[in-house]
Amino acid sequence: MDKKRIWEAVRPYVMILPAMTGIVLFVLYPVAYLIKLSFYKYNLMNKDKSKFIGTDNYTQIFSREDFYTALLNTVVYTIGVVVLTLVLSLIIAVWLNKRKRFNAIVQAGIFTPHIISIVSVALVWMWLMEPNHGLLNFLLKTFGLPGSTWLQNSSTAMISIIIVSVWQNIGYYTLIIVAALQSIPPSIYEAAALDNASKFQVFRKITLPLISPQLFFILIIMTIGSFKVFDTVKIMTGGGPNGATTTLVYYIYEFRTNSIGYASATGVVLMAIIALLTVVYFRVLSKKVHYQ
Amino acid sequence: MSFEWKYVRAPLSFLLKAIVLMIFIFPFLWMISTSLQTFQETLTFPPTWIPSIPQWVNFSTAMNAGPFLTYARNSIIVTFSVILIQVLVMIPAAYAFAKYRFAGKEILFSFVLLAFMIPGQVTFIPVYLMLADWGLINSLLPQILPFMANAFGIFLLRQYFMQIPQEIIESARLDNASEFKIIWKIMVPMSMPALATIALFSFVSHWNDYFWPLVMTDSAAVRPLTMGIAMLRETEGISNWHIIMAGNVVLVIPILIVYLFASKQIVKAFVYSGIK
Repeated sequence: MDKKRIWEAVRPYVMILPAMTGIVLFVLYPVAYLIKLSFYKYNLMNKDKSKFIGTDNYTQIFSREDFYTALLNTVVYTIGVVVLTLVLSLIIAVWLNKRKRFNAIVQAGIFTPHIISIVSVALVWMWLMEPNHGLLNFLLKTFGLPGSTWLQNSSTAMISIIIVSVWQNIGYYTLIIVAALQSIPPSIYEAAALDNASKFQVFRKITLPLISPQLFFILIIMTIGSFKVFDTVKIMTGGGPNGATTTLVYYIYEFRTNSIGYASATGVVLMAIIALLTVVYFRVLSKKVHYQ
Repeated sequence: MSFEWKYVRAPLSFLLKAIVLMIFIFPFLWMISTSLQTFQETLTFPPTWIPSIPQWVNFSTAMNAGPFLTYARNSIIVTFSVILIQVLVMIPAAYAFAKYRFAGKEILFSFVLLAFMIPGQVTFIPVYLMLADWGLINSLLPQILPFMANAFGIFLLRQYFMQIPQEIIESARLDNASEFKIIWKIMVPMSMPALATIALFSFVSHWNDYFWPLVMTDSAAVRPLTMGIAMLRETEGISNWHIIMAGNVVLVIPILIVYLFASKQIVKAFVYSGIK
């Protein structure tokens, strides 16, 4: 009997042990290790030669121009992606909101790129954006417009990458907004119709506030997701031309073998930014968001 | 005026929707078309829409450009091991968090949520160093082990378990059913939709993953398909788009097949993850 008691007390811990091992070993401990590394000049070949250098890595980060360039690029990318995706997916969702067969087909079609590997998406778009034989320039020229150099020009590379990310993710956010719209009870709209409210008024005064929790959620995950952008940059531009598309994670990636300490310190900065964004969003926006 | 508008509106809206649909589907059709063209055809202006003779040889050229059998095998092993291990780790954890009371439960669960918010882009350097210390870098384990605890999955499954009425569990206990049996015969069958959602989600994200294998692998022997395809540009030359697109088709087809058969489930899975 006593044995059974002990087992019952221990059992929950045994059951969560594998999961907690995974979390501690591969997430929490690495975060601590990352912070430790950020105070070292790490020697990959000979660990014993690694040297504690205090906050030198951080001083270096904030005095280096290329870090600010990477940060600015990431901010530009994030703003571009978040604004475009939010606006376009909201428009498409409102447009395709009615439960019709063809609407469902269009939704599924728009969603397709989201489940395709970023590698494929990036390669297909590189081919579409190829300056001499690519389809996009062919289309532009057919309509009498000048072609673009897209990814190969430092002034258009970033917007090209933004286009690809927006294209890949719009379908996902459209689906979430459609689900939110369809969860609004029809009786609310009927009441508005009785009051002779215009379509735009209904959207602004009823629809928008009612789906604001979902929009808020989208805003958070999009911003954080955008701050982590790497794959498209790595495949499509390699951070170039001339550093025009070097984002924070790409910046860390570039330093990951030769200056582990410096890369780690930048990783800590990235983590701080993500944490800060989450907190700020929750604080500022939760006051303006309508919860049911 | 308004009379005429009524008749124009429906076809116009249909046309507009068809155009929007094409913007998202056409790049993939173009990928397939290009994968079957000759090099000469990829250079023509105006473009070749449909290749005159489908060049199936492009696929063998692409697949011979590297150890693609190895890449494909690695992708399959990694994806399915991750799903299997995650499910085995997740079920008891979710059950304990949902149905037991124990000291430290809140703090331990907050670790799960915290893990959910810390991305691999932050932790990859220390994880790599750690796995290198353990001598695992030349195996597939660095692509499998770090994902053993799926924080999102534990969270979702716990929600699901909590909705299963306590009476069902209590009556099973009165019948002397072991906890193992309760989980295996009651909880798991009743939460199949959630498990399917999590498994599909894992399948899509690990089959498609590029970042993690890129930073965890040093040799071709342990690399997955995504990396092999991305490297085609270096091995086959940047202008051989017909070969690159052929490799790309190979990468996309498994996902598209799964999507074709389970599109409703996948869409639901993604929407559900977004709303909860």
